[in-house]
Amino acid sequence: MHIVVPIKQTPDTTATITVDASGRISWGDAPLIVNPWDEFAIEESLRLKEKFGGKVTVLTMGPESAKEALKQAVAMGCDEAILLHDPAFEGSDAVVTAAILAAAIRKLGTVDLVFMGKESVDGNSAQVPPALARRLGWPLLAYVGKIREIDPAGRTIVVERILEEGRQVVRAPLPAVLSAMQMNEPRYPSFMGIRKAARMQIPIWTAADLGLAPEQVGAAASAARWPAVFAPPKQEVQCEFIQGESPEEIARALVDRLLAEKVL
Amino acid sequence: MSHIWVWLEQFQGKIPSIVWETMGVARRLADALGTGVTAVWIGGAITDQAEEAIAMGADVVQVVEHPALADFRFEPYLAVLTRLAKEGAPQAILMGSTARGRELAGGLAAELGTATLVDAIELSVENGRIIAIRPIYEGKLFARTYVERSPAILTIRGRAFPKPDPDPARKGEIRRVSVDLDPSVFSTEVLEWIQEAEGEISLNEARIVVGGGRGVGSPEGFEPLRELARALGAALGATRAVVDAGWIPYKYQVGQTGKTISPDLYIACGISGAIQHLSGLRGVKVIVAINKDPEAPIFKVARYGVVDDLFKIVPALTAELRRRGLAKG
Repeated sequence: MHIVVPIKQTPDTTATITVDASGRISWGDAPLIVNPWDEFAIEESLRLKEKFGGKVTVLTMGPESAKEALKQAVAMGCDEAILLHDPAFEGSDAVVTAAILAAAIRKLGTVDLVFMGKESVDGNSAQVPPALARRLGWPLLAYVGKIREIDPAGRTIVVERILEEGRQVVRAPLPAVLSAMQMNEPRYPSFMGIRKAARMQIPIWTAADLGLAPEQVGAAASAARWPAVFAPPKQEVQCEFIQGESPEEIARALVDRLLAEKVL
Repeated sequence: MSHIWVWLEQFQGKIPSIVWETMGVARRLADALGTGVTAVWIGGAITDQAEEAIAMGADVVQVVEHPALADFRFEPYLAVLTRLAKEGAPQAILMGSTARGRELAGGLAAELGTATLVDAIELSVENGRIIAIRPIYEGKLFARTYVERSPAILTIRGRAFPKPDPDPARKGEIRRVSVDLDPSVFSTEVLEWIQEAEGEISLNEARIVVGGGRGVGSPEGFEPLRELARALGAALGATRAVVDAGWIPYKYQVGQTGKTISPDLYIACGISGAIQHLSGLRGVKVIVAINKDPEAPIFKVARYGVVDDLFKIVPALTAELRRRGLAKG
């Protein structure tokens, strides 16, 4: 089985994110990490590889420094890694990113499964998996909480999708595009994996390598516009500590406050 | 002038509140743009939801009924919406920012060659263009965004906009539309539905949420929180730590790799307030924190704090609500 995991390098989730007057976003000296949702997809893909054989290829679109995220995935056990990098890619929105990923996945030849996190912790849009499924023309199984079974011979997969009201159990033909919820505990990189990742030469594919013209990628091709990014209005909360002689007295005082706030 | 469209998401014949909140937004945008609202209902067999949609603000309801559309499936639903949008040329297509809404939004943007604005929390019309404010970086920043092409695809965050009051006197047109679909769009098959939220108030729609963290100590430790939640008509939430510990299922998890909630009131019990949990609380009006540790970071975001044992305070709170006749259950 050949599984492709598109990942994203994001700032650490504990980072303080700021924006300056020119709209430049900064996370200070906080480390860059593999998007935590993508880690669930990596882990699940590695488990599938261990069960069914085959290989896991990890992809990311980003700057040269995004190789670090790919190396992290390789250190966890992914077999191959490719960086999609071209100055022309800059400013790609979700639909255009999906088109670039689709071109890379097609170039990889036979692929059975594309597995990614349900969203990124920076963009928070969850739009790349559905757009990618459409660009590939493959079924989408988004918000997967569990893989029930895969039949490699019959080329089908059964998953549980987590929706608001419960779990939808769906069977789809392979190849398919999956997006992961928190469905496992991602492993730590192994010593051998770290050594392999350190030695690995990661190929870089540009727009030309993917057969994409400059006007098909980046901001030029994207319909989403982001004229401004700003810090949310500061909500100064001053915590009022409720005290009392007994739990009953505290409860009484608290209910009074909540009634006054009109939130009960 | 082309309409603003709203997809009427439904589950087993019920339309969730977020859809009506979206309808309210669509009405306001349409009025500002001098156009109308078209709602699109897709499913097996419609009951009175088209009339309901008109009462909530739709001018036209397009109804696509087919037994094969009874269960939500991405590909056929997307095919229907794409076909209708190509014929009807809406200015914008709106849906609730739910799991289904978001996947359809991304699919529609890809099919129609446009873009999505996900999770809008504020919307306005400037020079005939719809501008959305949406949180990014888990709400640490806001982005002002718009879509250059038409239709703009927007998803609306739950509880960010009011649900309109129905007006039964409103008039509108119901159009039954049949759409021929290629059999290839039915390649996925729904085998089963596992209902998890039966009889419970959903975290996404709840006005009040009672959350539990490590301080609850054990699976049984959630019992007083459940009691309080019942009394308040509230939903139950939890931190990742207690979900990982197996004390409560994943569906209750609030925070970075769980749900994002925006109730009016969040009562955090035994929750320290890790940033990953707080990132799920964007848009909460009032946070009450009950924690033994006065240094817990949760008190930095809480409006009211109680530094005490939650096993004393939570039952006292439940009893106080009952005593004053404020309890719902």
